[in-house]
Amino acid sequence: MQVPARFEYEKATSVPHALALLERYGPDARVVAGGHSLIPMMKLRLAQPEALIDINDLRELAHLRVEGGELAVGALVRHAELLASPLVAEHFAILIDAERVIADPVVRNRGTVGGSLCQADPSEDLAAAFAALKADAVVTGPGGSRTVPLRGFHQGPYETVVEPGELLAELRVPVRHGAGSAYEKVERRVGDWPVAAAGALILIEDGLITEAGIGLTAVSAPGFTAPEAEDYLIGREPVDAVFAEAGRRAAAVCNPHADQRGPADYKRHLAGELTRRALRKAARRAAED
Amino acid sequence: MTTSTPMGFGRMHRKEDARFIRGRGQYVDDVQLPGMLHGAILRSPHAHARILSVDTSAAEALPGVKAVITGETLAGLGLAWMPTLSKDVQAVLATDKVRFQGQEVAFVVAEDRYIARDALELIEVDYEPLPSVIDARTALAEAAPVIRDDLDGKKDNHIFDWEAGDRAHTEAIFERAEVRVSQDMLYPRVHPAPLETCGALADFDKVTGKLTVWCPTQAPHAHRTLYAMVAGLPEHKIRVISPDIGGGFGGKVGIYPGYVCAIVGSIVTGKPVKWMEDRSENLMSTAFARDYHMTGEIAATQDGRVQAIRVKVLADHGAFNGTAQPTKFPAGFFHVFSGSYDIETAHCEVTGVYSNKAPGGVAYACSFRITEAVYLVERLMDVLAYELGMDPAELRMKNLLRADQFPYTSPTGWEYDSGDYPRTLALAMEMAGYDKLRAEQAERRANGDRRLMGIGLSFFTEAVGAGPRKHMDILGLGMADGAELRVHPTGKAVLRVSCQSQGQGHETTFAQIVAEELGISPDDVDVVHGDTDQTPFGLGTYGSRSTPVSGAAAAMVTRKVRDRAKLVASAMLEVAPDDLEWTKGRWSVKGDPKHGATIQEIALASHGAVELPEGVEGHLDATCVYNPPNLTYPFGAYICVVDVDPDTGQVDVRRFIAVDDCGVRINPMIVEGQIHGGLADGIGMALMQLMAFDEDGNHLGASFMDYLLPTAVECPSWELGETVTPSPHHPIGAKGVGESATVGSPAAVVNAVLDALKPYGIRHADMPLTPSNVWRAIQGRPIRTDLAIT
Repeated sequence: MQVPARFEYEKATSVPHALALLERYGPDARVVAGGHSLIPMMKLRLAQPEALIDINDLRELAHLRVEGGELAVGALVRHAELLASPLVAEHFAILIDAERVIADPVVRNRGTVGGSLCQADPSEDLAAAFAALKADAVVTGPGGSRTVPLRGFHQGPYETVVEPGELLAELRVPVRHGAGSAYEKVERRVGDWPVAAAGALILIEDGLITEAGIGLTAVSAPGFTAPEAEDYLIGREPVDAVFAEAGRRAAAVCNPHADQRGPADYKRHLAGELTRRALRKAARRAAED
Repeated sequence: MTTSTPMGFGRMHRKEDARFIRGRGQYVDDVQLPGMLHGAILRSPHAHARILSVDTSAAEALPGVKAVITGETLAGLGLAWMPTLSKDVQAVLATDKVRFQGQEVAFVVAEDRYIARDALELIEVDYEPLPSVIDARTALAEAAPVIRDDLDGKKDNHIFDWEAGDRAHTEAIFERAEVRVSQDMLYPRVHPAPLETCGALADFDKVTGKLTVWCPTQAPHAHRTLYAMVAGLPEHKIRVISPDIGGGFGGKVGIYPGYVCAIVGSIVTGKPVKWMEDRSENLMSTAFARDYHMTGEIAATQDGRVQAIRVKVLADHGAFNGTAQPTKFPAGFFHVFSGSYDIETAHCEVTGVYSNKAPGGVAYACSFRITEAVYLVERLMDVLAYELGMDPAELRMKNLLRADQFPYTSPTGWEYDSGDYPRTLALAMEMAGYDKLRAEQAERRANGDRRLMGIGLSFFTEAVGAGPRKHMDILGLGMADGAELRVHPTGKAVLRVSCQSQGQGHETTFAQIVAEELGISPDDVDVVHGDTDQTPFGLGTYGSRSTPVSGAAAAMVTRKVRDRAKLVASAMLEVAPDDLEWTKGRWSVKGDPKHGATIQEIALASHGAVELPEGVEGHLDATCVYNPPNLTYPFGAYICVVDVDPDTGQVDVRRFIAVDDCGVRINPMIVEGQIHGGLADGIGMALMQLMAFDEDGNHLGASFMDYLLPTAVECPSWELGETVTPSPHHPIGAKGVGESATVGSPAAVVNAVLDALKPYGIRHADMPLTPSNVWRAIQGRPIRTDLAIT
């Protein structure tokens, strides 16, 4: 029977209250939302926070809307809500693709977008999806809010720019009319963490690629992305050979590690192959739009 | 699906499902006793290390801790080591060394689970790490560290050598064969991973001296007898209760150290002690399955007539030899490996070795290692087909045993009871549309279709229902099973059986057997099992033996009741017993069917005022023990169709056709459910399940994050078919089916994937065929799936 060590529990009633609790308990407190990573880690005693600050009641972090040409995703939006949102489906097929392959319905009902990003697992699907979309993260602290590009949000495995005493409040993603996006993942079994996965965003004008975003996860791509491959795409035709070359360039920036999901060269191969596939699907969707 | 209740065999909903669906099952962890304490086990982080010291003082000082038990404590009671089911010994709590990662080192008893777990962190163990044996192929090397230096004079890691079949004859055939093909293959270490982990609640009553143990055991009576023999407790003062079990699959046959610890904990504290292991503990320390390194060879004529098979096996049994199987057979029933084919001769050599891994080897619906045997022969058949350029279905059809050869004595001495194999394979091929599938595959290959299509077959023969007493026992206990049937005055019945359901639906199936034999509704039969104070002695449920053995006992005891009823009826109807005839549920006078008595009327009369015939004491109740004359031999033909993406290595199982022949089907719905589960197991083993270890002996599959069970998403909609060849020696012609699909399906899936990869010149790759392993195979890279990926 797995049981956690002793900890204090506080239920925050507002964002200021949550911030006050974080300040009171200091760096050994952890924020809990869906709890689908934190609670198992506590039961395995890989994590032993002194206090949990439960933010599940903070409805002000659960918004999902388009405002000022951007999609605003509150940190407390559940995976299932993102997946079911017609707004998201209309503009961000990549998020629907990614959410479909994140864990299982039970986890998605409870797990949150913000929690997934703050957990900062090096194999997190949403890190790659939002990196491909060039999203911004809004972080709230005692001194107010600051905006951080998602590509700079993660500082390493299980590390983010969110300081003790701060909360991730929301993600903001520019709505690009006419853009196509897609997410491709290889997993050993449904619901597993990816062996490797790639997301792509593509905007085509007059037959040429005018904007491209690539997100990669589980392959140690710095910032979960591949800027050089993105640059390569700009001004080129959306054809298979171009996507394949972008895939090769994306794979080149990866530094995957061997584990039971596969050896490093296989994962690097997948980074290229899945980038190619995601770009191709994104381009097709852009054309259909 | 009919929901009406048949008066005997037929489809009906399971009687036990109402409580399971409504959350009213009663598992060990649901049992709460007043004053109950909780146990937790400290386990070794090392694969192999000497224990220099164990300091429990800080743990003992933690408020709420009631006892800390170490190997030293147990040594004082003579309980530090316990016998295994394979005549070895296993450490209950380590005294000298730890021999696998996850081995039991200390046991804490505390007021609640939290305190018990906190206390584990306060126990200080000083280890001196030792070199370990992780790769079984190095276990017998001169320089290998000796794992079992606790055994007198032990200087190596060798456990046993065992052989079966005719070596000389086999060698002679191989020498002159036109075609000889050899293939190394590994059946990797897997785990049954039942949803309910193991655990025990022990309650020793100091006043009465009675020990009650709630424990999810597949063999409650065997446990009771072993506790009596090992701990010296009088057997009548031990009661083992195996309540609802959340899956066993052979992993809940043996006695685990935690059970003994819970018992000792209760004796020491005078309170009931519950211990439930967590998922990682279950995967790391309880009975694994397989870990067979096999080199198979097949000899044949140029036109595909198989003449001989031989195989050398290196069997990794882990740190203690604790396989749960008939004692006489150290490699279980592996020697049934000549399979379903008319082969002149066969020979196998099996060498068992110790390694620094958890003990076990026989679990996970393996029918005492017939999974390994079937995988070997079915892979070899495909390897031969590959070399001969023959269609694998044609090769099988050409070599299958014919119906007129039964009963058939195999080259290794098995007597297959009945079968019509070509009929079953033909049905599977017809259901699959085999020729069409091959045509589609040829077309896709010709068109250069990037997505690869593969078609895989396997044909298996199982040997279940162990077994005849003269051949089969476990530590001297013969593998028979008992049944008692009590008929109440109103004609309702209670059947008590010695086997124990882990989800198989015994409460329904056995009620249907009684119903069929007695002509009453299954709703009127209650089946009692799992409590040694309530049921007759018998060896329990594993090796698909419930229906072949206990099912036979249930039929036989019901026939005894029917015979008694005949005597009572003869008194009631005032005719000679010989003048009565039986129609389902009723004895009536021959030639005068209106003149009769129903079983309910007879039951009432047997307890009533009617004058009973001499020798009939006044009830219909009966008991019996069934000692099976032979095993039963279910069989089946499986066809799997896959699509493989060579650029990612992903395998998609498109179709799976399974034609099973398990003799007479008592409840076809339950049979199909068993088959569905086993087919999913097969997909799991073939494509994802694996317990690998890194070079330091760290377990790389110790959670469901890493030990992957298949889901509905990976499983196609199963296409089932059946043929019925009754067992000639079983009272109702049933053969048992619990493990058939687990035994037969992995080879079909693997054969399908390798068939897809044929254009790359790949003849074999080991399970599990994960995306990365498929991709590596395509790259021509060697794979060792038992070791960490590097």
